[in-house]
Amino acid sequence: MDKVKVAVTVNGTDYERDVEPRLLLSDFLRESLGLTGTHVGCEYGVCGTCTILLDGQSTRSCLCFAAQADGCEIETVESLGAIDNMHALQEAFWEKHGLQCGFCTPAMLMVAVELLRENPDPTREEIREAVSSNLCRCTGYQTIIESIELAAQRMRQQEAAE
Amino acid sequence: MKPAPFQYERPKTIEGVLAVLNQYGEDSKILAGGQSLIAMMNTRALQPRVVIDINRVPALDTLAVEDDTLVIGALVRHSEVAGSPIVREANPLIAEAYPHLAHRPIRNRGTLVGNLAHADPASEMPAVMVVGEAVMTLRNHDNLRTVHAEDFFLGPFETAARPDELLTEIRIPVAPQEQGWGFREFSPRKGDFALASVATVMSVVDGKIASVRLACAGIGPCACRLADAEGILAGATPGEEAFAAAAAAAVATIDPQEDFHADAAYRRDLVGTLMRRALADAHGRCAA
Repeated sequence: MDKVKVAVTVNGTDYERDVEPRLLLSDFLRESLGLTGTHVGCEYGVCGTCTILLDGQSTRSCLCFAAQADGCEIETVESLGAIDNMHALQEAFWEKHGLQCGFCTPAMLMVAVELLRENPDPTREEIREAVSSNLCRCTGYQTIIESIELAAQRMRQQEAAE
Repeated sequence: MKPAPFQYERPKTIEGVLAVLNQYGEDSKILAGGQSLIAMMNTRALQPRVVIDINRVPALDTLAVEDDTLVIGALVRHSEVAGSPIVREANPLIAEAYPHLAHRPIRNRGTLVGNLAHADPASEMPAVMVVGEAVMTLRNHDNLRTVHAEDFFLGPFETAARPDELLTEIRIPVAPQEQGWGFREFSPRKGDFALASVATVMSVVDGKIASVRLACAGIGPCACRLADAEGILAGATPGEEAFAAAAAAAVATIDPQEDFHADAAYRRDLVGTLMRRALADAHGRCAA
Protein backbone atom coordinates (compact mmCIF):
# COMPACT_ATOMS: atom_id res chain seq x y z
CA MET A 1 0.00 0.00 0.00
CA ASP A 2 1.16 3.51 -0.76
CA LYS A 3 2.20 5.50 2.23
CA VAL A 4 0.69 8.86 3.09
CA LYS A 5 2.58 11.86 4.40
CA VAL A 6 1.48 13.17 7.78
CA ALA A 7 2.66 16.47 9.18
CA VAL A 8 1.33 17.19 12.67
CA THR A 9 2.10 19.35 15.65
CA VAL A 10 1.98 17.34 18.86
CA ASN A 11 2.28 19.24 22.12
CA GLY A 12 3.97 22.10 20.27
CA THR A 13 6.53 19.96 18.41
CA ASP A 14 6.30 19.42 14.63
CA TYR A 15 6.57 15.88 13.29
CA GLU A 16 6.52 14.53 9.76
CA ARG A 17 6.17 10.83 8.95
CA ASP A 18 5.12 8.58 6.09
CA VAL A 19 2.45 6.18 7.31
CA GLU A 20 0.28 3.35 6.08
CA PRO A 21 -3.28 4.65 5.59
CA ARG A 22 -4.63 2.08 8.05
CA LEU A 23 -2.42 3.29 10.91
CA LEU A 24 -4.63 4.56 13.72
CA LEU A 25 -3.81 7.90 15.28
CA SER A 26 -3.46 6.14 18.65
CA ASP A 27 -0.77 3.82 17.26
CA PHE A 28 0.87 6.70 15.43
CA LEU A 29 1.28 8.60 18.69
CA ARG A 30 2.51 5.58 20.63
CA GLU A 31 4.55 3.64 18.06
CA SER A 32 5.71 6.23 15.52
CA LEU A 33 6.27 9.14 17.89
CA GLY A 34 6.98 7.20 21.10
CA LEU A 35 4.39 9.18 23.06
CA THR A 36 3.05 6.35 25.20
CA GLY A 37 1.12 8.57 27.61
CA THR A 38 -1.94 8.01 25.43
CA HIS A 39 -3.29 4.59 26.35
CA VAL A 40 -5.15 2.13 24.17
CA GLY A 41 -7.98 0.02 25.55
CA CYS A 42 -10.84 -1.36 23.50
CA GLU A 43 -9.85 0.05 20.09
CA TYR A 44 -13.43 0.54 18.99
CA GLY A 45 -14.40 3.77 20.64
CA VAL A 46 -16.13 2.52 23.77
CA CYS A 47 -13.65 2.89 26.63
CA GLY A 48 -12.35 6.39 25.91
CA THR A 49 -8.83 5.57 27.12
CA CYS A 50 -7.18 6.86 23.93
CA THR A 51 -8.89 10.28 24.02
CA ILE A 52 -6.65 13.17 22.97
CA LEU A 53 -7.37 16.72 21.81
CA LEU A 54 -7.39 17.16 18.03
CA ASP A 55 -7.43 20.87 17.17
CA GLY A 56 -8.66 21.43 20.72
CA GLN A 57 -11.53 18.94 20.50
CA SER A 58 -11.61 15.71 22.49
CA THR A 59 -11.29 12.83 20.03
CA ARG A 60 -10.95 9.08 20.24
CA SER A 61 -7.51 8.55 18.69
CA CYS A 62 -8.47 4.91 17.91
CA LEU A 63 -11.33 6.17 15.73
CA CYS A 64 -9.18 8.37 13.53
CA PHE A 65 -6.54 7.41 11.00
CA ALA A 66 -3.17 9.08 11.43
CA ALA A 67 -3.43 10.25 7.82
CA GLN A 68 -6.51 12.28 8.73
CA ALA A 69 -4.59 14.24 11.36
CA ASP A 70 -2.34 15.75 8.69
CA GLY A 71 -2.13 19.51 9.28
CA CYS A 72 -3.72 19.23 12.74
CA GLU A 73 -2.61 20.23 16.17
CA ILE A 74 -2.69 17.46 18.76
CA GLU A 75 -2.49 17.64 22.52
CA THR A 76 -1.81 14.55 24.61
CA VAL A 77 -1.32 14.03 28.33
CA GLU A 78 2.40 14.71 27.83
CA SER A 79 1.47 18.37 27.25
CA LEU A 80 0.25 18.82 30.80
CA GLY A 81 3.15 18.63 33.19
CA ALA A 82 6.15 16.74 34.48
CA ILE A 83 6.67 14.88 37.72
CA ASP A 84 8.38 17.89 39.32
CA ASN A 85 6.05 20.43 37.74
CA MET A 86 2.56 19.01 37.62
CA HIS A 87 -0.51 20.57 36.05
CA ALA A 88 -3.23 21.60 38.51
CA LEU A 89 -5.35 18.69 37.27
CA GLN A 90 -2.57 16.17 37.85
CA GLU A 91 -1.89 17.64 41.29
CA ALA A 92 -5.58 17.36 42.19
CA PHE A 93 -5.90 13.77 40.87
CA TRP A 94 -2.96 12.86 43.08
CA GLU A 95 -4.36 14.51 46.19
CA LYS A 96 -7.95 13.35 45.78
CA HIS A 97 -7.12 9.80 44.72
CA GLY A 98 -8.56 10.42 41.25
CA LEU A 99 -6.70 7.35 40.06
CA GLN A 100 -5.81 3.90 41.25
CA CYS A 101 -4.32 1.82 38.43
CA GLY A 102 -3.88 4.91 36.25
CA PHE A 103 -4.90 3.31 32.97
CA CYS A 104 -7.81 5.66 32.25
CA THR A 105 -6.11 8.70 33.75
CA PRO A 106 -4.44 10.31 30.69
CA ALA A 107 -7.78 10.46 28.88
CA MET A 108 -9.68 11.58 31.98
CA LEU A 109 -7.20 14.45 32.24
CA MET A 110 -7.65 15.41 28.59
CA VAL A 111 -11.46 15.52 28.73
CA ALA A 112 -11.08 17.60 31.90
CA VAL A 113 -8.76 20.01 30.03
CA GLU A 114 -11.39 20.42 27.30
CA LEU A 115 -14.14 20.97 29.89
CA LEU A 116 -12.25 23.54 31.96
CA ARG A 117 -11.16 25.55 28.92
CA GLU A 118 -14.77 26.09 27.98
CA ASN A 119 -16.21 26.17 31.44
CA PRO A 120 -13.80 27.11 34.25
CA ASP A 121 -16.51 26.73 36.89
CA PRO A 122 -18.42 23.56 36.04
CA THR A 123 -21.10 22.04 38.24
CA ARG A 124 -20.64 18.47 39.48
CA GLU A 125 -23.27 17.44 36.95
CA GLU A 126 -21.28 19.05 34.12
CA ILE A 127 -18.14 17.25 35.29
CA ARG A 128 -20.05 13.95 35.42
CA GLU A 129 -21.25 14.58 31.87
CA ALA A 130 -17.70 15.30 30.66
CA VAL A 131 -16.15 12.17 32.18
CA SER A 132 -19.12 9.98 31.24
CA SER A 133 -17.46 9.27 27.89
CA ASN A 134 -14.60 7.45 29.61
CA LEU A 135 -14.57 4.19 31.53
CA CYS A 136 -12.79 3.79 34.85
CA ARG A 137 -12.90 0.39 36.54
CA CYS A 138 -11.14 1.35 39.78
CA THR A 139 -12.31 4.56 41.36
CA GLY A 140 -16.08 4.54 41.03
CA TYR A 141 -15.70 8.02 39.46
CA GLN A 142 -16.48 10.02 42.61
CA THR A 143 -12.84 10.84 43.32
CA ILE A 144 -12.29 11.76 39.68
CA ILE A 145 -15.14 14.25 39.90
CA GLU A 146 -13.74 15.62 43.15
CA SER A 147 -10.29 15.94 41.58
CA ILE A 148 -11.61 17.96 38.65
CA GLU A 149 -13.68 20.11 41.00
CA LEU A 150 -10.61 20.88 43.11
CA ALA A 151 -8.42 21.59 40.07
CA ALA A 152 -11.06 23.92 38.64
CA GLN A 153 -11.23 25.83 41.91
CA ARG A 154 -7.44 26.21 42.09
CA MET A 155 -7.17 27.20 38.44
CA ARG A 156 -9.78 29.90 38.99
CA GLN A 157 -7.89 31.20 42.04
CA GLN A 158 -4.66 31.14 40.03
CA GLU A 159 -6.36 33.03 37.20
CA ALA A 160 -7.76 35.63 39.65
CA ALA A 161 -4.33 36.13 41.24
CA GLU A 162 -2.65 36.84 37.89
CA MET B 1 -7.51 -5.10 16.62
CA LYS B 2 -6.22 -3.16 13.64
CA PRO B 3 -7.97 -2.43 10.34
CA ALA B 4 -7.11 -4.50 7.29
CA PRO B 5 -5.07 -2.68 4.63
CA PHE B 6 -7.03 -0.48 2.22
CA GLN B 7 -6.50 1.98 -0.57
CA TYR B 8 -6.91 5.53 0.72
CA GLU B 9 -8.54 8.16 -1.48
CA ARG B 10 -8.90 11.76 -0.40
CA PRO B 11 -10.66 13.79 -3.12
CA LYS B 12 -11.07 17.56 -2.72
CA THR B 13 -14.35 17.98 -4.59
CA ILE B 14 -17.76 16.27 -4.61
CA GLU B 15 -17.17 15.34 -8.25
CA GLY B 16 -13.90 13.70 -7.24
CA VAL B 17 -15.69 11.65 -4.55
CA LEU B 18 -18.40 10.60 -7.01
CA ALA B 19 -15.82 9.52 -9.58
CA VAL B 20 -14.09 7.24 -7.07
CA LEU B 21 -17.46 5.91 -5.87
CA ASN B 22 -18.41 5.20 -9.46
CA GLN B 23 -15.21 3.26 -9.95
CA TYR B 24 -15.29 1.14 -6.79
CA GLY B 25 -18.96 1.08 -5.67
CA GLU B 26 -19.54 -1.72 -3.18
CA ASP B 27 -15.81 -2.20 -2.62
CA SER B 28 -15.54 1.29 -1.15
CA LYS B 29 -16.70 3.07 1.98
CA ILE B 30 -17.17 6.77 2.62
CA LEU B 31 -15.21 8.06 5.61
CA ALA B 32 -16.75 11.17 7.21
CA GLY B 33 -16.53 11.23 11.02
CA GLY B 34 -15.56 7.56 11.09
CA GLN B 35 -17.04 6.96 14.54
CA SER B 36 -18.91 3.87 13.34
CA LEU B 37 -16.87 3.00 10.25
CA ILE B 38 -13.44 2.93 11.89
CA ALA B 39 -14.79 1.00 14.89
CA MET B 40 -16.14 -1.63 12.49
CA MET B 41 -12.88 -1.65 10.54
CA ASN B 42 -10.87 -2.07 13.75
CA THR B 43 -12.87 -5.17 14.67
CA ARG B 44 -12.68 -6.22 10.99
CA ALA B 45 -16.45 -6.43 10.75
CA LEU B 46 -15.79 -4.30 7.66
CA GLN B 47 -12.81 -4.58 5.33
CA PRO B 48 -13.41 -2.13 2.49
CA ARG B 49 -10.92 -2.26 -0.36
CA VAL B 50 -11.09 1.51 -0.79
CA VAL B 51 -11.75 4.17 1.84
CA ILE B 52 -12.91 7.52 0.45
CA ASP B 53 -12.13 10.24 2.97
CA ILE B 54 -14.47 13.19 2.37
CA ASN B 55 -13.00 15.36 5.12
CA ARG B 56 -11.22 17.61 2.63
CA VAL B 57 -14.27 18.43 0.55
CA PRO B 58 -15.19 21.95 1.70
CA ALA B 59 -18.43 21.92 -0.31
CA LEU B 60 -19.89 19.40 2.17
CA ASP B 61 -19.79 21.52 5.32
CA THR B 62 -22.92 23.63 4.81
CA LEU B 63 -25.05 24.40 7.85
CA ALA B 64 -27.59 27.04 6.91
CA VAL B 65 -31.22 27.92 6.38
CA GLU B 66 -32.00 28.40 2.69
CA ASP B 67 -35.54 29.16 1.52
CA ASP B 68 -37.23 27.96 4.72
CA THR B 69 -35.18 24.78 4.66
CA LEU B 70 -32.47 23.76 7.09
CA VAL B 71 -29.55 22.34 5.08
CA ILE B 72 -26.97 20.15 6.79
CA GLY B 73 -24.03 18.89 4.73
CA ALA B 74 -22.24 15.56 5.00
CA LEU B 75 -19.31 16.96 6.96
CA VAL B 76 -21.14 18.84 9.71
CA ARG B 77 -20.15 17.31 13.05
CA HIS B 78 -22.71 16.39 15.70
CA SER B 79 -21.21 18.95 18.11
CA GLU B 80 -21.71 21.72 15.57
CA VAL B 81 -25.34 20.76 14.90
CA ALA B 82 -26.08 20.28 18.61
CA GLY B 83 -24.69 23.70 19.54
CA SER B 84 -26.00 25.64 16.57
CA PRO B 85 -28.45 28.50 17.26
CA ILE B 86 -29.59 28.17 13.63
CA VAL B 87 -30.65 24.57 14.23
CA ARG B 88 -32.31 25.32 17.57
CA GLU B 89 -34.36 28.04 15.88
CA ALA B 90 -35.19 26.11 12.70
CA ASN B 91 -35.86 22.71 14.23
CA PRO B 92 -35.90 22.56 18.04
CA LEU B 93 -36.63 18.81 17.94
CA ILE B 94 -33.08 18.12 16.70
CA ALA B 95 -31.59 20.17 19.53
CA GLU B 96 -33.90 18.41 22.02
CA ALA B 97 -32.71 14.95 20.92
CA TYR B 98 -28.99 15.71 20.82
CA PRO B 99 -28.13 15.42 24.52
CA HIS B 100 -29.10 11.74 24.21
CA LEU B 101 -26.71 11.05 21.35
CA ALA B 102 -23.38 9.43 22.31
CA HIS B 103 -20.66 11.32 24.20
CA ARG B 104 -18.73 14.51 23.59
CA PRO B 105 -15.63 13.02 21.87
CA ILE B 106 -17.86 11.00 19.53
CA ARG B 107 -20.01 14.06 18.81
CA ASN B 108 -16.90 16.16 18.16
CA ARG B 109 -15.89 13.97 15.27
CA GLY B 110 -19.01 12.09 14.13
CA THR B 111 -21.33 13.69 11.59
CA LEU B 112 -25.12 13.81 11.56
CA VAL B 113 -25.29 12.78 7.92
CA GLY B 114 -22.87 9.93 8.51
CA ASN B 115 -25.02 8.74 11.39
CA LEU B 116 -28.05 8.68 9.06
CA ALA B 117 -26.14 6.90 6.28
CA HIS B 118 -25.00 4.29 8.82
CA ALA B 119 -28.66 3.72 9.87
CA ASP B 120 -28.10 2.05 13.21
CA PRO B 121 -31.54 0.85 14.34
CA ALA B 122 -30.96 2.10 17.87
CA SER B 123 -29.85 5.59 16.85
CA GLU B 124 -32.03 8.58 17.72
CA MET B 125 -31.55 10.72 14.64
CA PRO B 126 -33.35 8.57 12.04
CA ALA B 127 -36.56 8.90 14.08
CA VAL B 128 -36.02 12.65 14.39
CA MET B 129 -35.56 12.91 10.62
CA VAL B 130 -38.70 10.86 9.93
CA VAL B 131 -40.73 13.15 12.18
CA GLY B 132 -39.02 16.28 10.84
CA GLU B 133 -39.79 15.26 7.22
CA ALA B 134 -36.15 15.46 6.20
CA VAL B 135 -35.26 14.94 2.57
CA MET B 136 -32.01 13.18 1.74
CA THR B 137 -29.96 14.33 -1.24
CA LEU B 138 -28.21 11.42 -2.98
CA ARG B 139 -25.72 11.98 -5.77
CA ASN B 140 -23.83 9.68 -8.05
CA HIS B 141 -21.50 10.63 -10.90
CA ASP B 142 -24.29 11.61 -13.26
CA ASN B 143 -27.45 12.03 -11.25
CA LEU B 144 -28.98 13.70 -8.19
CA ARG B 145 -32.11 12.35 -6.53
CA THR B 146 -33.93 13.01 -3.32
CA VAL B 147 -35.49 10.49 -0.94
CA HIS B 148 -37.79 11.24 1.98
CA ALA B 149 -36.46 10.10 5.35
CA GLU B 150 -39.44 7.77 5.70
CA ASP B 151 -38.37 5.88 2.57
CA PHE B 152 -34.65 6.14 3.26
CA PHE B 153 -34.32 3.80 6.25
CA LEU B 154 -34.96 0.26 5.05
CA GLY B 155 -33.58 -1.94 7.81
CA PRO B 156 -30.69 -2.35 10.22
CA PHE B 157 -27.71 -0.57 8.63
CA GLU B 158 -29.62 -0.52 5.37
CA THR B 159 -30.74 2.58 3.46
CA ALA B 160 -32.04 3.55 0.03
CA ALA B 161 -28.56 4.84 -0.91
CA ARG B 162 -26.98 2.83 -3.71
CA PRO B 163 -23.33 1.75 -3.65
CA ASP B 164 -22.29 4.52 -6.07
CA GLU B 165 -24.21 7.26 -4.26
CA LEU B 166 -23.07 9.84 -1.74
CA LEU B 167 -25.52 11.28 0.80
CA THR B 168 -24.35 14.85 0.25
CA GLU B 169 -26.79 16.68 2.50
CA ILE B 170 -30.13 16.56 4.24
CA ARG B 171 -32.81 19.23 3.90
CA ILE B 172 -35.36 19.72 6.65
CA PRO B 173 -38.30 22.12 6.37
CA VAL B 174 -38.09 24.88 8.98
CA ALA B 175 -40.62 23.98 11.67
CA PRO B 176 -43.64 26.31 11.91
CA GLN B 177 -43.40 28.65 14.90
CA GLU B 178 -46.60 27.31 16.46
CA GLN B 179 -45.43 23.69 16.30
CA GLY B 180 -44.56 21.88 19.54
CA TRP B 181 -41.96 19.13 19.81
CA GLY B 182 -41.03 16.28 22.11
CA PHE B 183 -38.27 13.72 22.36
CA ARG B 184 -37.97 11.10 25.06
CA GLU B 185 -35.76 8.10 25.42
CA PHE B 186 -34.64 5.53 27.91
CA SER B 187 -31.15 4.07 27.97
CA PRO B 188 -29.38 2.23 30.78
CA ARG B 189 -26.53 4.76 30.84
CA LYS B 190 -26.39 8.30 29.50
CA GLY B 191 -25.01 8.41 25.97
CA ASP B 192 -25.75 4.77 25.29
CA PHE B 193 -28.03 3.69 22.51
CA ALA B 194 -31.64 3.80 23.57
CA LEU B 195 -33.73 0.78 24.53
CA ALA B 196 -36.50 2.89 23.02
CA SER B 197 -36.94 6.50 21.99
CA VAL B 198 -39.91 8.49 20.72
CA ALA B 199 -39.92 11.70 18.68
CA THR B 200 -42.94 13.84 17.91
CA VAL B 201 -44.11 17.21 16.58
CA MET B 202 -47.61 18.60 17.02
CA SER B 203 -49.68 21.61 16.05
CA VAL B 204 -52.89 22.60 17.81
CA VAL B 205 -55.53 24.83 16.21
CA ASP B 206 -58.72 25.91 18.02
CA GLY B 207 -58.11 23.43 20.82
CA LYS B 208 -57.77 20.42 18.51
CA ILE B 209 -54.70 18.60 17.24
CA ALA B 210 -54.33 19.92 13.68
CA SER B 211 -51.27 17.87 12.78
CA VAL B 212 -49.04 15.38 14.51
CA ARG B 213 -46.13 13.17 13.52
CA LEU B 214 -44.72 10.39 15.66
CA ALA B 215 -41.82 7.97 15.25
CA CYS B 216 -39.89 5.62 17.45
CA ALA B 217 -36.41 4.10 17.34
CA GLY B 218 -34.58 1.33 19.12
CA ILE B 219 -37.41 -1.17 18.96
CA GLY B 220 -37.21 -2.62 15.45
CA PRO B 221 -35.06 -2.90 12.33
CA CYS B 222 -35.22 0.85 11.73
CA ALA B 223 -36.91 4.04 12.85
CA CYS B 224 -40.61 3.73 12.19
CA ARG B 225 -43.50 6.13 11.94
CA LEU B 226 -46.44 5.37 14.22
CA ALA B 227 -49.31 6.01 11.79
CA ASP B 228 -52.08 4.38 13.84
CA ALA B 229 -51.31 6.58 16.82
CA GLU B 230 -51.15 9.64 14.57
CA GLY B 231 -54.61 8.74 13.23
CA ILE B 232 -56.09 8.62 16.72
CA LEU B 233 -54.59 11.98 17.62
CA ALA B 234 -55.61 13.85 14.47
CA GLY B 235 -58.51 16.14 15.34
CA ALA B 236 -58.59 15.02 18.97
CA THR B 237 -58.50 17.30 21.98
CA PRO B 238 -54.90 17.22 23.23
CA GLY B 239 -54.57 15.84 26.74
CA GLU B 240 -53.80 12.80 28.84
CA GLU B 241 -56.80 10.85 27.55
CA ALA B 242 -55.94 11.22 23.85
CA PHE B 243 -52.24 10.64 24.48
CA ALA B 244 -52.98 7.42 26.40
CA ALA B 245 -55.28 6.17 23.61
CA ALA B 246 -52.61 6.94 21.01
CA ALA B 247 -49.93 5.24 23.10
CA ALA B 248 -52.11 2.15 23.45
CA ALA B 249 -52.58 2.04 19.67
CA ALA B 250 -48.84 2.42 19.06
CA VAL B 251 -47.99 -0.29 21.56
CA ALA B 252 -50.46 -2.65 19.84
CA THR B 253 -48.83 -2.15 16.43
CA ILE B 254 -45.13 -2.36 17.24
CA ASP B 255 -43.24 -5.62 17.37
CA PRO B 256 -40.12 -4.89 19.42
CA GLN B 257 -37.06 -7.09 19.24
CA GLU B 258 -35.86 -8.83 22.38
CA ASP B 259 -32.29 -8.79 23.53
CA PHE B 260 -30.10 -9.03 26.58
CA HIS B 261 -31.11 -5.52 27.66
CA ALA B 262 -34.89 -5.72 27.43
CA ASP B 263 -37.63 -8.15 26.41
CA ALA B 264 -40.46 -7.20 24.08
CA ALA B 265 -43.03 -6.56 26.82
CA TYR B 266 -40.68 -4.15 28.58
CA ARG B 267 -39.92 -2.30 25.34
CA ARG B 268 -43.66 -1.99 24.57
CA ASP B 269 -44.21 -0.56 28.00
CA LEU B 270 -41.35 1.88 27.48
CA VAL B 271 -42.69 3.07 24.13
CA GLY B 272 -46.13 3.73 25.65
CA THR B 273 -44.72 5.70 28.56
CA LEU B 274 -42.17 7.63 26.50
CA MET B 275 -44.82 8.45 23.94
CA ARG B 276 -47.26 9.88 26.48
CA ARG B 277 -44.46 12.03 27.90
CA ALA B 278 -43.19 13.17 24.49
CA LEU B 279 -46.73 14.10 23.42
CA ALA B 280 -47.26 16.05 26.66
CA ASP B 281 -43.95 17.88 26.06
CA ALA B 282 -44.99 18.72 22.50
CA HIS B 283 -48.42 19.89 23.61
CA GLY B 284 -46.87 22.13 26.27
CA ARG B 285 -44.64 23.71 23.63
CA CYS B 286 -47.37 24.42 21.09
CA ALA B 287 -47.90 28.13 20.67
CA ALA B 288 -51.47 28.95 21.69
